[in-house]
Amino acid sequence: MSLSRRTFLKTGVAAACAACASQVPKPASAEPRKVQELATLIDIRKCIGCEACVEACRDANADKYPDPRKPYPKMYPSRVKVEDWSDPEGRETRDRLTPYNWLFIQEVTVTHNGEEITMTIPRRCMHCQNPPCADLCPWGSARKLKNGITVIDADLCLGGAKCKSVCPWDVPQRQTGVGLYLDLLPAFAGNGVMYKCDRCYNRIAEGELPACIEECPEQVQTIGPRDEILREAHRLAESENLYIYGEHENGGTNTIYLSPVPFDLISQAIERGEGKPRMDPVADQMAHADNLAKAMVIAPIAGVAAAVGRVYKAIKTSEEKQEETK
Amino acid sequence: MSRPILPNKPIAEQMWVKPVYILIFLLMGLTGFAQMPIFKRYYIADIPGLAWLDQYYVTHTIHYLGAIALLSLIAYCLVIYWALLRKQYRLTVLAWIRVVLLAGIVGTGIFRVLKNLPDVVFSPGFTMFIDIAHLSFMMLYLVMALISVLTRQKWLRVKASIY
Repeated sequence: MSLSRRTFLKTGVAAACAACASQVPKPASAEPRKVQELATLIDIRKCIGCEACVEACRDANADKYPDPRKPYPKMYPSRVKVEDWSDPEGRETRDRLTPYNWLFIQEVTVTHNGEEITMTIPRRCMHCQNPPCADLCPWGSARKLKNGITVIDADLCLGGAKCKSVCPWDVPQRQTGVGLYLDLLPAFAGNGVMYKCDRCYNRIAEGELPACIEECPEQVQTIGPRDEILREAHRLAESENLYIYGEHENGGTNTIYLSPVPFDLISQAIERGEGKPRMDPVADQMAHADNLAKAMVIAPIAGVAAAVGRVYKAIKTSEEKQEETK
Repeated sequence: MSRPILPNKPIAEQMWVKPVYILIFLLMGLTGFAQMPIFKRYYIADIPGLAWLDQYYVTHTIHYLGAIALLSLIAYCLVIYWALLRKQYRLTVLAWIRVVLLAGIVGTGIFRVLKNLPDVVFSPGFTMFIDIAHLSFMMLYLVMALISVLTRQKWLRVKASIY
């Protein structure tokens, strides 16, 4: 399978046509194909660590980057710290995720089958299928789009960093001194805006590729409907003895990595720290919500059943008493 | 008027429902507010025994469990009121207001739960509406609950026609 720009655009046009055609009633057999989530396949073997994707990301998204107002408002209590990446050094940081660097190249050296292998891995938001950041954002500013992209609305985010706390990969990064909180109670609530990869949702909406994919000289990444991406990932994994990461992590993500070495080796060797995401297995963080939601359907039925039993007993007791008084 | 099923005296539910409801509601309120990043910022999670308030997944799970208990209790009370109490008692004005607000909390909560399911995506505007509406209904409910406490107005009042 080749997921070229042409294939990608064809998929987009097909999805748009399907959306328009869906306005017309038609028999079930002629139902249009459901708009699918888009996933990316990152073949780690191809990455040479040139950072062309990083530069492309920075160029394409520069107008989305924070432009904080200084001096920053004093925040209370004192434990609330300013997070500032807006100085020249912060803005130029490229070895981790920051509000000004939504994609970075992580280098890792592992020994596999007696051979030492150094790999470079593009790291950014995984765009989970059921993203905890969007599910648990108390303000609705983090949200998932129908095409599988998770975005944070910089105009609405208050910078509470809950999205970062609940993200298994700690992806979103905060910049103080920008956003809606400045117009509310900057001293007592909020602390800026959270930033992360939005997989160039605006470019995708216009039928373009995300900048990191378009500019990569090695075609490390491909993008397409998730089922096709997974099919391709499994085909390559089986035929070339590769390993997959991201298919089941956190219940499934829209970023699928292919590696020539097992990911547990990568996970052990990879540098961890602030802005440097993990690469070990991740359980579905929202599984509890899915299971308890089922129980919520049963809860009112159980309540009604218990009450009906109680009413029946009360009526019976009442009738017995009336019989006795006769 | 048709004959009441029960004699005009308090039934068992009028004893246990209120404390159980208050307990569930306090837990729901606490874990609901814990969904905002405020308890750590304002040292509340530093109080011994309250560190869990800073654990979003823990408070989220408890909030869901509370919702299960609340939905069961509401369904139970609706049937009991309709079948056993409505001929002897009527809801007070403040109770009606709280019922409406409670319906708002539950309704927006249901949409919030749906939104958290995989493959369920709402529009950005609707997502924000249910988030803010859920919080607003709760805040209004707390205000009405406070007014009810201050004015000592209960949920139920005996119908005058009973006597």
